[in-house]
Amino acid sequence: MEFGPHLMLAILEGAVGASVLALTALGLSLVFGVMRVVNVAHGEFFMLGAVVAWFVANSIAGHPAIGFLAALAIAPLIAGAVAMLVDRLILKNVAYDPEATIVGTIGVLYILQQSALMIYGPEARPVEPPFSHRIALPWVEWGENGLAFFYPWGLSITSYKLFVIVAAIAILLAFWLVMSRTRLGLIMRATQMDRETALAFGIPVQRVYSIVFGFGAALAALAAVLIVPIQQAHYLMGHDPLLLSFIVVIIGGLGSVRGTIVAALLIGMSDGIISVFLSPTLSKIIATLLVALVLVFRPQGLFGKKMA
Amino acid sequence: MNLDARSVALHLGLIAVLIVLGFVLPTYHQGNLARILVLATYAVGYNVLFGYTGLLSLGHAMFFAAGMYGCGMAMHLGGLTVIPAFVIGLICAAALSAVVALLALRTIGVAFMIVTLMFAQSVYLTALYLGEWTGGDEGFVIAQATRQIAGYALTEPLTRYFAALTLFAVALLITARMMQMSFGRVLIGVRENEERTRMLGYDVFRHKLGAVIISGTIAGAAGAGYAVLFGYVGATFASVQYSIFPLLWVLLGGMGTTIGPLIGVAFMFYLIDYASGVTNAYMLIAGAALVLLTLFARAGIVGEIRNRWVPWLP
Repeated sequence: MEFGPHLMLAILEGAVGASVLALTALGLSLVFGVMRVVNVAHGEFFMLGAVVAWFVANSIAGHPAIGFLAALAIAPLIAGAVAMLVDRLILKNVAYDPEATIVGTIGVLYILQQSALMIYGPEARPVEPPFSHRIALPWVEWGENGLAFFYPWGLSITSYKLFVIVAAIAILLAFWLVMSRTRLGLIMRATQMDRETALAFGIPVQRVYSIVFGFGAALAALAAVLIVPIQQAHYLMGHDPLLLSFIVVIIGGLGSVRGTIVAALLIGMSDGIISVFLSPTLSKIIATLLVALVLVFRPQGLFGKKMA
Repeated sequence: MNLDARSVALHLGLIAVLIVLGFVLPTYHQGNLARILVLATYAVGYNVLFGYTGLLSLGHAMFFAAGMYGCGMAMHLGGLTVIPAFVIGLICAAALSAVVALLALRTIGVAFMIVTLMFAQSVYLTALYLGEWTGGDEGFVIAQATRQIAGYALTEPLTRYFAALTLFAVALLITARMMQMSFGRVLIGVRENEERTRMLGYDVFRHKLGAVIISGTIAGAAGAGYAVLFGYVGATFASVQYSIFPLLWVLLGGMGTTIGPLIGVAFMFYLIDYASGVTNAYMLIAGAALVLLTLFARAGIVGEIRNRWVPWLP
């Protein structure tokens, strides 16, 4: 394939990755923004979503779309419920101390991951996409006879991948509506701004924390259900989303929703493009070093405002 | 006996017990204990930073790996003998920890944890990326014939045990002595109240810098020791898991205690050894231990003993 079509393919693949990453990172960002804690087990809630999706899709007979829709509803609920349990049993009891929370959620990471290994097994298993049509994409080029219009071999995308991008945008919009237009969103924003005052105004901060922690995990699980027909469900699959979400949340500015989404696009796209042209490992080395240096020299993130 | 004499007696007594164990243990456990001693050296290094200075690093595997690759590649590719290769490993770890410290110490708290995690991750990925020389995921084996010091083969179990014990004893005595000197006291001051320590006129940054370099170099010594004694160098040792392990060991044994790291490693080693015979999901134990320690026993085993019965434990 020539450079132009190859680049376009890389951009499309990057966009699929970026939209799933935006959802996952948004969950991490929300939890950090409202609760001021880092959830190291976030990637495992992603994995949980994928694994639950596999179980659901395989226990429902009939057209794959039915199983997929069921998974889309059930996986985030289960991941959210597990996360709320973690919040009640662990985070609440260490009083949301930042360091204790990190150590505790590292423990949760291993517990979830290894439980998945015991129950689900070490295999990687696919979930059948609800629909999947190969869509060949056109390319234009100056040829001998002027502008030529043709379909280069290999330049194609599946309808399901386009659906992932659209679905992610829809979920992001819904998230924005919830945060800005509903009472629940108002309460979450109030808790984020000033925990003490929110408490004084009768907001049940403890319950808000549980809901936010569950909500964050549910977003990761939702992202996983979307991606699992393209990737496969595996008990170690939580590692990369966790790392990339960290990178996104830090570069976007800790706790800033807009920054998170911009950074997810930037990181997801560049990860996709660099992976295609150079090497996936090299792109990750660049990203991790970039994050470390951003945290050292610009702790408010590339897009965040300086905190007082 | 005054406090310092007691702690000297405790440490020399511990080393004496370990010497005796080297002769009386059956081969299987002797091999295990050699491994435990090398890993405990790693934990002792981690404890300098986490236990005494109060800085939680999530990236110590990069220092362990720097020592391991520095020493292993000097032998494997450079054809050096054990001692110079070991020194090169130490230099690699010290240099890496100095660079990381200068950058990471500009941050505090959660940011420090994530910066160290990210640096360690990029070291791990670099080890994979340079697979041509590092062997990537598979790693490489150091030839048996080269693993000897002045004719003593480090592949021979008893020699290997005493080499591991020497490594551990040196690290233990250095850190124990350090914590009795004013440098170590200031580190504890930084842990307890950084602002006040600064107000008292101590250069907090320089003490933290020293702590990271000492901690990283001891971790590197453990990595180099592991390469020499067990003959294998691989990227697994640079992975996140090997950054989490020392945290777990030190938390379990007791942060800020001199013998806690050894107790933590030994306990966890046998627990995982036992669990891996029952299930392949043996890391479940590590996860559960981390959660339980966070919730119920922040002081760890030796810390709890010190709080309840033996207040003078160093």
